[in-house]
Amino acid sequence: MSFADDAYGALTDHDDDARWAYGTGFADPLAGVPTTVAGDVDRADLAAYCLMLGDDALVMSHRLQQWVTRAPELEDELALANIGLDLLGQARLLLGRAGEVEGAGRDEDALAYLRDAGEFRNVRLAERGDADFAHLVARLLVFSCWRLALLDRLTASRDPVLAAIGAKGVKEVTYHREYAAQWVVRLGDGTDLSHARMRAAMEAVLPLAGELFSTHEIEARLAAAGVAVDPALLRAEFDEAMNQVLDAATLTGLPGAAAAAQGRDGEHGPELGEILAEMQELARALPGGVW
Amino acid sequence: MVSAAEVVATVTDPELPMVTLAELGIVREVRETADGVVVAITPTYSGCPAMEAIRDDIVSALREAGFGRAAVRTQLSPAWTTDWISESGKAKLAAAGIAPPGAAPGRTIGPVPLVLGARAEAVACPLCGHAESERISAFSATACRELRRCPACREPFEHMKEI
Repeated sequence: MSFADDAYGALTDHDDDARWAYGTGFADPLAGVPTTVAGDVDRADLAAYCLMLGDDALVMSHRLQQWVTRAPELEDELALANIGLDLLGQARLLLGRAGEVEGAGRDEDALAYLRDAGEFRNVRLAERGDADFAHLVARLLVFSCWRLALLDRLTASRDPVLAAIGAKGVKEVTYHREYAAQWVVRLGDGTDLSHARMRAAMEAVLPLAGELFSTHEIEARLAAAGVAVDPALLRAEFDEAMNQVLDAATLTGLPGAAAAAQGRDGEHGPELGEILAEMQELARALPGGVW
Repeated sequence: MVSAAEVVATVTDPELPMVTLAELGIVREVRETADGVVVAITPTYSGCPAMEAIRDDIVSALREAGFGRAAVRTQLSPAWTTDWISESGKAKLAAAGIAPPGAAPGRTIGPVPLVLGARAEAVACPLCGHAESERISAFSATACRELRRCPACREPFEHMKEI
């Protein structure tokens, strides 16, 4: 059966038990990718690190999806949906790798749908809700400037899967950053009202950036082993890109990053619980549900 | 009898049915083994939902051609680039009204540069042939395409982004 004849039939015509009541039900995005881990790399650390980067993408993607049907124009709706989809794809690869390295039988669906908020390792920036469109583009700009610098360095990782995810992600996040930057400039360098709202959004979002550059002990150990990126090293590149945008947007005198929260250790605000309640509801109510 | 590679070469992309997977440059390897055919493909975008349909279409095409067992594996590295789209693939995209990608930006040394204004490269209108166009949005119906508008014929069109 081909996709052109019957899209639903083709997608569900698997030998395995495809799950379409929730989740992906798709083939393992890492099918056929070598699963080896270098002998001197701590597997628990590597699994946790993959969760950190995967949860950042998953939670940010969910927040972007919440803008679909609420965006100011159709073009922006398409942009936000596509950016969310790119990040969801990155999350699938990273959660898949996390589950494989962990070796406890948890796949991407189990990791996305069956963990509680305290087990999520995303930075707090990813889960923050957006009061308006200016908050969204401010958050997306900070997130993309940071993640692009991170993924770019991840291409040199000794872990071949992380290096490959980095190389692919750089191409995608380059467009995400550009999209967010152009909106921040348009609003910041716009009318008095748009400028004021863009400034208020930046003032609310920038303090959350502190956590992005604080090195977790797992990141420190894996960075020393040549596997992870030490986020403290990303600060200069982040500042340069942010200053380029904020100068063009005539947004000066903004606050710096505040003391770091500990999202990496599972300490989250109530907002993550709200996201998970929505995202996990069906999977929790109907475990393994199929239609 | 046709080879497995020839069968896979005829499979078209579900989102861009005017081009084959081979022309898109996502087929890395087609190998006939004692345990069946092994096909390696490179994902275009991390979240591209067409990848799942592509896997199924490859397996279906091989089955219909008499290859009983087939497996599709993912090859992540090196990452897919629009530079791998063949000249015939680009010509078919243009004929279908989708401006084909130009040369992908090379790997930079140091930080990835941030472009705040319009990108430098001109994209010709695939409908009337006018040499330049303006971007409406960097994203379109799929992640791989952007929306543009021609100042001469005033028509909007899609352009496959360089990555």
